Amino acid sequence: MSTLIAILVVGVIATLFGALLGFASVQFKVIGDPLAEQLDALLPQTQCGQCGYPGCKPYAEAVANGEAINKCAPGGEDTIKKIADLMGVEVQPLDGNHETDNSPKVAFIIEEDCIGCTKCIQACPVDAIIGTTKQMHTIIADECTGCDLCVAPCPVDCIEMIPVATTTQNWQWDLNSIPVTQID
Amino acid sequence: MESVIERIQRGNFWQFHGGIHPPEQKFLTCTKPIASAQIPEQLIIPIRQHIGQAGDLIVKVGDKVLKGQELSASDTPMSLPIHAPTSGTITAIKSMAIPHPSGLSETCVILTPDGEDTWKQRHICPDFQLLSKAKILEKIANAGISGMGGAGFPTQVKVSTLAKIDYLIINAAECEPYITADDLLIQEHSPTILDGIKIVDHLLNPKNILIGIEDNKTKAIDALKKATADIDHIQVCVIPTKYPSGGEKQLIQILTGQEVPSGVLPSSLGIVMQNVATCFAIADAVINDTPLIKRVVTVSGQALEKPQNVWALIGTPVGFLTSQCGYNNSKNRHLIMGGPMMGFSLPHDQIPVIKSTNCILAPSEIEIASPFSSTSSKEVECIRCGQCADVCPAQLLPQELQWSAKAKDQPQLSKLNLFDCIECGACAYVCPSQIPLVHYYRVAKAEIRQQKLLDIKAEKAKVRFEARKQRLEREKIARAEKHKKAAEARKARMNAGTTAAKSEKSAVADALARVKAKKAQASINANTTDSSTESTAENAMAKNTAENTAEAVTQVDQIDESKSQVANAIARAKAKKLAQKNQAQIDSLDTLQDNESTSSLTSSQAAPVVIDKKAKIAAAIAKAKAKKRQAEPVSNSANTQADHIQASVIEANNVEATTEILKPEVHAKETAIDEKAHQAKDITSSGKINNSAEASENKQQSKPQPASQNDTLNLDRKAKIAAAVAKAKAKKLAEKSQQGSDATSSTIESNQASELTSQANIAANTVANKKARVAAAIAKAKAKKLAASSDKSSTSE
Amino acid sequence: MAFWIASSPHNHQQSETSALMRLVIYAAIPGIFAQWYFFGWGNLIHILLAVITAIVAEFTVLSLRNKKITTQLFDGSAILTAVLLGISLPALAPWWITIIGSFFAIVVVKQLYGGLGHNPFNPAMAAYVMLLISFPLQMTQWQPPLSLLAMDIQLTDTLAVIFTGYTPQGYSVEQIRTHIDGFTMATPLDTVKTNITLGLTVVESMQAPTIGKHFGVGWEWINAGFLLGGIFLLFKKAIQWTTPFSFLLSLFICSFIGFIISPDSSTSTMFHWFTGATMLGAFFILTDPVSGATSVKGRLIFGALAGLLVYLIRKFGGYPDAIAFAVLLCNMAAPLIDQYTRPRTYGHKLGVKK
Repeated sequence: MSTLIAILVVGVIATLFGALLGFASVQFKVIGDPLAEQLDALLPQTQCGQCGYPGCKPYAEAVANGEAINKCAPGGEDTIKKIADLMGVEVQPLDGNHETDNSPKVAFIIEEDCIGCTKCIQACPVDAIIGTTKQMHTIIADECTGCDLCVAPCPVDCIEMIPVATTTQNWQWDLNSIPVTQID
Repeated sequence: MESVIERIQRGNFWQFHGGIHPPEQKFLTCTKPIASAQIPEQLIIPIRQHIGQAGDLIVKVGDKVLKGQELSASDTPMSLPIHAPTSGTITAIKSMAIPHPSGLSETCVILTPDGEDTWKQRHICPDFQLLSKAKILEKIANAGISGMGGAGFPTQVKVSTLAKIDYLIINAAECEPYITADDLLIQEHSPTILDGIKIVDHLLNPKNILIGIEDNKTKAIDALKKATADIDHIQVCVIPTKYPSGGEKQLIQILTGQEVPSGVLPSSLGIVMQNVATCFAIADAVINDTPLIKRVVTVSGQALEKPQNVWALIGTPVGFLTSQCGYNNSKNRHLIMGGPMMGFSLPHDQIPVIKSTNCILAPSEIEIASPFSSTSSKEVECIRCGQCADVCPAQLLPQELQWSAKAKDQPQLSKLNLFDCIECGACAYVCPSQIPLVHYYRVAKAEIRQQKLLDIKAEKAKVRFEARKQRLEREKIARAEKHKKAAEARKARMNAGTTAAKSEKSAVADALARVKAKKAQASINANTTDSSTESTAENAMAKNTAENTAEAVTQVDQIDESKSQVANAIARAKAKKLAQKNQAQIDSLDTLQDNESTSSLTSSQAAPVVIDKKAKIAAAIAKAKAKKRQAEPVSNSANTQADHIQASVIEANNVEATTEILKPEVHAKETAIDEKAHQAKDITSSGKINNSAEASENKQQSKPQPASQNDTLNLDRKAKIAAAVAKAKAKKLAEKSQQGSDATSSTIESNQASELTSQANIAANTVANKKARVAAAIAKAKAKKLAASSDKSSTSE
Repeated sequence: MAFWIASSPHNHQQSETSALMRLVIYAAIPGIFAQWYFFGWGNLIHILLAVITAIVAEFTVLSLRNKKITTQLFDGSAILTAVLLGISLPALAPWWITIIGSFFAIVVVKQLYGGLGHNPFNPAMAAYVMLLISFPLQMTQWQPPLSLLAMDIQLTDTLAVIFTGYTPQGYSVEQIRTHIDGFTMATPLDTVKTNITLGLTVVESMQAPTIGKHFGVGWEWINAGFLLGGIFLLFKKAIQWTTPFSFLLSLFICSFIGFIISPDSSTSTMFHWFTGATMLGAFFILTDPVSGATSVKGRLIFGALAGLLVYLIRKFGGYPDAIAFAVLLCNMAAPLIDQYTRPRTYGHKLGVKK
């Protein structure tokens, strides 16, 4: 009899706690960003495809599924560090296959040379090039992510990647870069 | 609780946290009168000298300008005009180094003074009370006045605030060491400053006006007290000397005890602050109609022989001012624009004075050690002594900020309120470890701002990328839909049993036949290796022709230009092959030539056919039929060698017949080459019709089919022209073959070829139609090639 | 001739970390002098030993870490640490105690944590605690004041004791420490603690020869010396008044309360102030900025906590003096104190976090 009571008591308690836990899991469910979303937020959104994926979102999804974290060339070390923090993995150096120069650039079409082939327009991942067949194209500098994808398709090589000029607005207080006059 | 005014009247002020007492060094300049302005050889006037946007330039290089004349026009409140500080010529408008810590360049107007200092026409207004508020504001805006204390905020924006103003604070604190510009200005021009204050009073209508001045400027205090003695609501507040009491937020706290909430303008508290120099400029602009073209600049420092305050024209290079004051430091130079606490180093001495420049400091090595000297101390580790936090007027934790800044921990930096730092430099001044704290904060601030911009940009790029992906998806679906519809329509048509459907069916049948023919050819090729060369050659040629034509027909299905070009190219390649074979087998020359002419005809037809779908289809039918006819015997002959030879002979005969028919025509042509040229030249409709008629005749002769007539009839103008060109070529070929077989001199041949080419050219030019031109070009190329090949063949003969 | 660029502010108060450290060392001189006067050469020898060891250790670690040796070696922080350690050690402790302690302070407590400015604990006190726990026998062999000694100890005697354990005449440390009456003498704090455990009252303990007229022969003067030095530092603005003030006040209040509750088993407030390392701790150790709290409020809390801990350990703990333990515990609490005593930034409301 006492065994039965013990079993009953334990059973009742187990049921109660089970119910409580079940209720809690439904009621207090933490709806967090899926990992891919969080990763996507860390990526620079240049959509350059240097990682081998067609855009930042696909790469974020791939990283969430175990792809190497060191393939984002435009993001550079900073992005890798952030991803490593989020994923809880070791920081890795940038993949050697990628160019390390990730200074901000913007594409520029040499307008005299443009033949209006629209190839760059098709290549641009963010629709930052305007123009139509047989008309000169131009780049909306504000929208350009500097991803470099329009350079290769251009049949007349009229697209250049030019570094973003330093102005008094975006100057980073790099005092050592100021040219001082040497008077001898 | 006593009111703010009562407290002030008792001389009892609030205190701000921290603050320091650096050596004042004001004695260098505070007793000397302001030297009058001198005109340098060249004035460099940056078009943007304030916070906001630059105005639009309204002068160009070579313009003569008068003193006070506008050089740029402003259209928005945040953009201010600039004015010519003296009369002279604009010698250049170019990018020059501007007074900014970065030493970067921006657009500047270079003015070479003529030395006459001729004023523009001015309208002096002795009583500003007669002017409307809007008029005064307009005058202030047009005079290009921005805050002259340091930041350079457009003044008319400040004085046109709609908020209810309790306190107008006139900032005469001038807490930075060395600087005495405001001090001297008050000493010498207190009536004008008072006028300026009255104008701002008139505009804002504040309850009280407080003039905040540090107690180390006794003469200026006396002057102000004397000037304001009879005005009730103006209080001269003599505050204790402490750096940075001249900071806007600090002075507000000292005088009113209020703190300006983070990220909010003082006007929300009912407080507006103006610098004394700005008040002077306002008075000058409203009363004397003088734009802001000169200001008082303290030129000080122990490296100067005569440190003093000077009136400097806006745009005067710093070097001019220092040499005026006897700059004699020959070794390492250090020029600072602004005071020693918040000023910035200049990269060279051709930096111009701008509206917010209040001081040029040329310190000696003893005052401020250069980084090259042994006496200068270097940064060492922070020992957490906390002195920085004790002196911080914003009550920040400079050392914690410094660690976070070094670690680039941006979330922590914003949590520690980095953006409330006013960069006064008090923390770095007291730091025993000589850590350039303010520099770390500036870098961190710039980085955070940049990061914010990047984040916004990334977000935008993401949105655009997603939008593009969706658009591509939509287009793909739309395309698939279209294709599906087209396929359905085709099916419907085929089932309908119309002629069009039949033709479509026959096209399919044709394709099947072609495949069969190819197969047959392959087997024949294998079988006929040991048969007579002639028949093999003939056979092969015939088959080639068939294949060729079939290929061309296939291309007919293609719609766009480029594809037809491809088809032409293929045809051309075939022709080339044929020509090569031609060379190898001279005995079957006749047949070959004929074959070639056929192929060229077909290929040149392909081009015009493209233009009109109906014509295309018709042509396709015609050609398909021809092929069928050719292919059928071939497939039959595949069974037995004999049969095959027979069939090929029959074919060859057919072809020969064509050649024979062509030949006389060619003869006729030869005789009347001039006539032909004429024909081609004025390709009028009549000529074209003739040509097309000829073409159709040719076709009927070689391959008698009813469809070919349809074909010809359906051809439009362009097609006709092309056909004509093609025909000309065919004729030429015939000619050549004749000549080749006759073994006449190759010179004549080439002449003829070139003539024909020119003919084709003319035709093309006259028509001025792109597509026709393409066809012509192809024809031309073919003609050339043929000429060459026949040339070769004849030589080998 | 060249222009050069620097970031503002361009002028600078002429104070340096090394100067600050030197000032603190100078300020310790009165206390050290009193120590020499009452206890002989022992501590001076230990200070010297500690300084030499510290400099060698600092030099070694800095060269291993590829740091600028000249600037960092002579910034005075290592020397100050060594001086403080030397002051705290028993005068007749063997030489290797000092070497180990000094080495531990510099290499482990300071440099392994990242060098000057990064050490969470006060190096001298951490080393002292390490020694006390590891070598309790040697670390409790306190030498009584010279005036109470049965023999006359000269510089050579002290040297011999420190390096060999015996005076040239063959006396051991234990023998030196023995009173003429035949009992071993300890520090006043030790004496009181032992007596209380033996059931004697404080008043009775005060009769012990080591305590003398006031709070301990020599000890009151040593503490007075450090107090003088501390006031000098306050005057020079080298240290903040907050930590010593709150520490001494807290100790005063605690001991006062204790005294009120049970006068028999509690020593007086002034006894707490003027024996042991109270003044040294208040002005030279707790004011170490690196391991202390930074804000004014934080320092007040820091000092008060230290005072409370010192009293509690002295009264209830197993060790007679408590400065070192209290300091280490407060060092641990310092980051937390800092975290919760952040001042309100100008223009921000209290408690409103972004």
